[in-house]
Amino acid sequence: MIKVLFFAHVKEKAGVYEASIDQNLMTVAQIRAYLKTTYEIGESDRVMIAVNEMYADDRREVRSGDVVAVIPPVSGG
Amino acid sequence: MQNIVDREQKVNNFNLFRVTTEPLSMEQITKQVIHANNGAVLTFLGTVRELTHGRRTHYLEYEAYVAMAENSLRQIGEEIADRWPNTITAIHHRIGRLEISDIAVVIAVSTPHRADAYEANRYAIERIKQIVPIWKKEHWDDGSSWIGDQLGQIAYPTGKPEQGDCK
Repeated sequence: MIKVLFFAHVKEKAGVYEASIDQNLMTVAQIRAYLKTTYEIGESDRVMIAVNEMYADDRREVRSGDVVAVIPPVSGG
Repeated sequence: MQNIVDREQKVNNFNLFRVTTEPLSMEQITKQVIHANNGAVLTFLGTVRELTHGRRTHYLEYEAYVAMAENSLRQIGEEIADRWPNTITAIHHRIGRLEISDIAVVIAVSTPHRADAYEANRYAIERIKQIVPIWKKEHWDDGSSWIGDQLGQIAYPTGKPEQGDCK
């Protein structure tokens, strides 16, 4: 089980703040594809992906127990 | 001297980089970076602006991925210590509902000499706007919207922001 967290506008778009994917191993690229199919979160949302609180590129492998965060463009400060 | 700064910074690390719903005290946060060897102390405040491109903001709501945001602030402090040796940095960001003129962020740096303080402090706010997972939602009289990418449509070819993206 891979846990997924949503924030800000993608949280409102997904309609949930948390979800889980019933998989043991995925790449970040596969997670992006899953987000597109399931929540229509795609390129136009320009999200970054963090795995266990660190930004990750598309080749990064994600395993069961990891926490994935879907991070839209940030606007702190 | 570097070792002394490192050691003291480790002791205080938790308090130096913080995301909180509580009001921020410029004075307390500035005091965190005061050090006998650092003769320049510079504090930046980011406050809630009422008018943006002519549109009147009623209030703001900040949301954060708190654990990662605090780690990202700490990372910025480490990047600053690498670039400007002996700098001590404290960054506190407030989240939740903020009214006009409330302090949203306080960045305090101390350095041995003044030039580095200006550069390091500027670097911190630019990096916050790139990597720290905090978002603001502007509420106007006639609606609301999440604000994203204030740096203006930067593309991240690797899917994540790199240190080199900050000038």
